[in-house]
Amino acid sequence: MYIDSIKNGIVIDHIRAGKAMEIYRFLQLEELECSVAIIKNAASRRMGKKDIIKIDTLLDVDLNALGFIDPFITIDVIKDGQLAEKFHPELPDTLTGVLCCHNPRCITSTEQELPQVFKLTDRKNRVYRCIYCETQSK
Amino acid sequence: MRSLINILELSVGEIDELIATANDIIANPAKYAEKCRGKKLATLFFEPSTRTRLSFEAAMYELGGHVLSVSSGNTSSAAKGESVADTAKTVSCYADIIAMRHPKEGAPYVAAMNASIPVINAGDGGHNHPTQTLTDLLTISREKGRLDHMTIGFCGDLKFGRTVHSLIEAMSRYEGVRFVLISPEELKLPSYVKKDVLKAKGIEYLQTTDLESVLPELDILYMTRVQRERFFNEEDYLRLRDSYILTPEKMKLAKADMSVLHPLPRVNEIAVSIDSDPRACYFKQVLNGKYIRMALILKLLEVD
Repeated sequence: MYIDSIKNGIVIDHIRAGKAMEIYRFLQLEELECSVAIIKNAASRRMGKKDIIKIDTLLDVDLNALGFIDPFITIDVIKDGQLAEKFHPELPDTLTGVLCCHNPRCITSTEQELPQVFKLTDRKNRVYRCIYCETQSK
Repeated sequence: MRSLINILELSVGEIDELIATANDIIANPAKYAEKCRGKKLATLFFEPSTRTRLSFEAAMYELGGHVLSVSSGNTSSAAKGESVADTAKTVSCYADIIAMRHPKEGAPYVAAMNASIPVINAGDGGHNHPTQTLTDLLTISREKGRLDHMTIGFCGDLKFGRTVHSLIEAMSRYEGVRFVLISPEELKLPSYVKKDVLKAKGIEYLQTTDLESVLPELDILYMTRVQRERFFNEEDYLRLRDSYILTPEKMKLAKADMSVLHPLPRVNEIAVSIDSDPRACYFKQVLNGKYIRMALILKLLEVD
């Protein structure tokens, strides 16, 4: 299978097999006009199988939020056909609009215009808590 | 401008300062009688309360201030669907400080984010009730002369009791405090409190179902009510309600200077005959609640 190389864009690599669509939806890639390639179940020496997303443009979003969805991914930023940056996204300190509080007694259950914001309270165990009621995310 | 939503927002030093101010108010009430002259406290209580609302209102009156009060969600614009944020912005135009009780957890936090005046959380569902914890700390400090190096027993509903969780968190910051957790199996302290607070800090604790066997070692006994509203099954409630009833016979096993605390209201977990025992501190606790709220209002309004 052949996919053109990117001149200016982003490659999200080492996505756990089956997680690519979750990232696609999270980044709202369906709204982009440029080429986006989703490669599912690609062979990987390290992971056995992996997913890859190639985006033919430089996105203006905080890619670190991806660290919450999949902590093992690698992000390659391509500029002028060269690898300009390569990093593993860290767990973000806050997540806004990513998780929903499941506590029926939380104020967000009745006031739905409030933003759903979660704070990282335990990096080691990847624990996020609702900023309003402090309930741990599921 | 500062609010108080969670007891852990106050440092140990700030709690010591509040306790010192409360003790000074008790010793010299006249000195504080005009401190809040011209200031208004809005008590926004969207859930029933007797003690907490009256305590806040009495505190403001004794500081020479005034009180504006909403005592039910049904009589305010909340019944028309007004958001907590809009309520907070509106009340900021009338008052200098807000005390809010709300059935939804996090509502006072939302109010604090939107108000232009300090907000005090007066209880949000089963979540936080920081002024109850301050009340408990002032009472323990006045009864024992310290907040460190003691054994505290918590008895009754340790699962749902927010006052228990907050007091354990607050007391775990003092050195040499040992906890004895007395409850039926069904109402044990949640494992996340044990893991996040006690085990994380290496604090010594004992878990038991037998009150009599541990009574002789306690410096403080913190009794709690088994709350009917927490049970789906009336039979379970009735069975567990009577698990621990503190009687004069049991008090004979306790130290001569053990203090009995209870956040009130009580149902039947403390026999009325114990009220006259000098070790019963729960009505002193109610009075202390007013003084510590006076100290807190002064602090948040930055009144010297």
